[in-house]
Amino acid sequence: MRWIWIDKFLEFRSGEFAKAIKNLTLAEEHLHDHYPGYPVMPASLIIEGLAQTGGILVGEAKGFAEKVVLAKIPKAEFFGVACAGDQLVYEVTLTDLRSEGAVVDAKAFLDGQLLADVEIVFAHLDQSRSNQIFGPKNFVFTQQLLGVLDLAKAQERARQLSAPGRPDADHDAKVVDSSSSEPGKGLTISSE
Amino acid sequence: MPTQDEIYQKVQSTLVDALGVDEEDVTRDATLFGDLGAESIDLLDIVFRLERNFGIKIPRGELFPENISDPEFTENGKLTAKGLGEIKQRMPFADLSEFEADPQVDKLMNLYTVETLVQYVSGKLEGSK
Repeated sequence: MRWIWIDKFLEFRSGEFAKAIKNLTLAEEHLHDHYPGYPVMPASLIIEGLAQTGGILVGEAKGFAEKVVLAKIPKAEFFGVACAGDQLVYEVTLTDLRSEGAVVDAKAFLDGQLLADVEIVFAHLDQSRSNQIFGPKNFVFTQQLLGVLDLAKAQERARQLSAPGRPDADHDAKVVDSSSSEPGKGLTISSE
Repeated sequence: MPTQDEIYQKVQSTLVDALGVDEEDVTRDATLFGDLGAESIDLLDIVFRLERNFGIKIPRGELFPENISDPEFTENGKLTAKGLGEIKQRMPFADLSEFEADPQVDKLMNLYTVETLVQYVSGKLEGSK
């Protein structure tokens, strides 16, 4: 199993906001255990998906130079359940970012209805200490996880290469300007 | 400039949100780590909330000093005279009178009471007038 709990970014505004989706399918083993005959997405894994969306948003804001770890979940409220076949939409807003860490406001929606309202605090690991313990490699932002963001960029490039004015182009995510040299400000994906 | 009581009430609600404690437990003399069960990871959350709730900027290490385990500042688990001087300088908002008699490093965090935060915020608001 791959520890990736989001499938695709629909929107990504550097240092501000990210929107991702998570499709739930019966191919996912855990849904058969949680619960047998009633496949419900565990709340903890919804929080993980929100944290991955938020973690990438926070990490990208500093050019992935920091090791961003989930420090605390001060609030998590759930208003329903999501089952196999459902598509969850995760919307995460960066409310605060400073050198020690960040706070995000994270919401999960199902069919346009608020399903979960979560607040997540991320900490930036102390660089010198984490290098001693884990080495210089950024173990948080593995290529596997960042691949989700790369996919959105690649899809946008493919869209641009195909005939302009394609009728269904409006439904794709958009990546704008990934060439800026300023860290954290090089990426915008929007679904407009 | 809000009154001390108004600042206290806001600090109280900040800690209720950050630590999930009951309002009546957040008395002025309650210690953050002992009485209210705060952990180190809560400090960042508290800093974020105080900034938001009071509209102040809290520079890194100002409210909760960092790097006090520097060998220059500690010896046998106690703060040296230099360390104590450093803490006095970095934490002008805290009441160090009792701590000075037996400055054990692991008791340093006991200096943080709800009142300490009220004094700190009040000093920040005073300074920004």
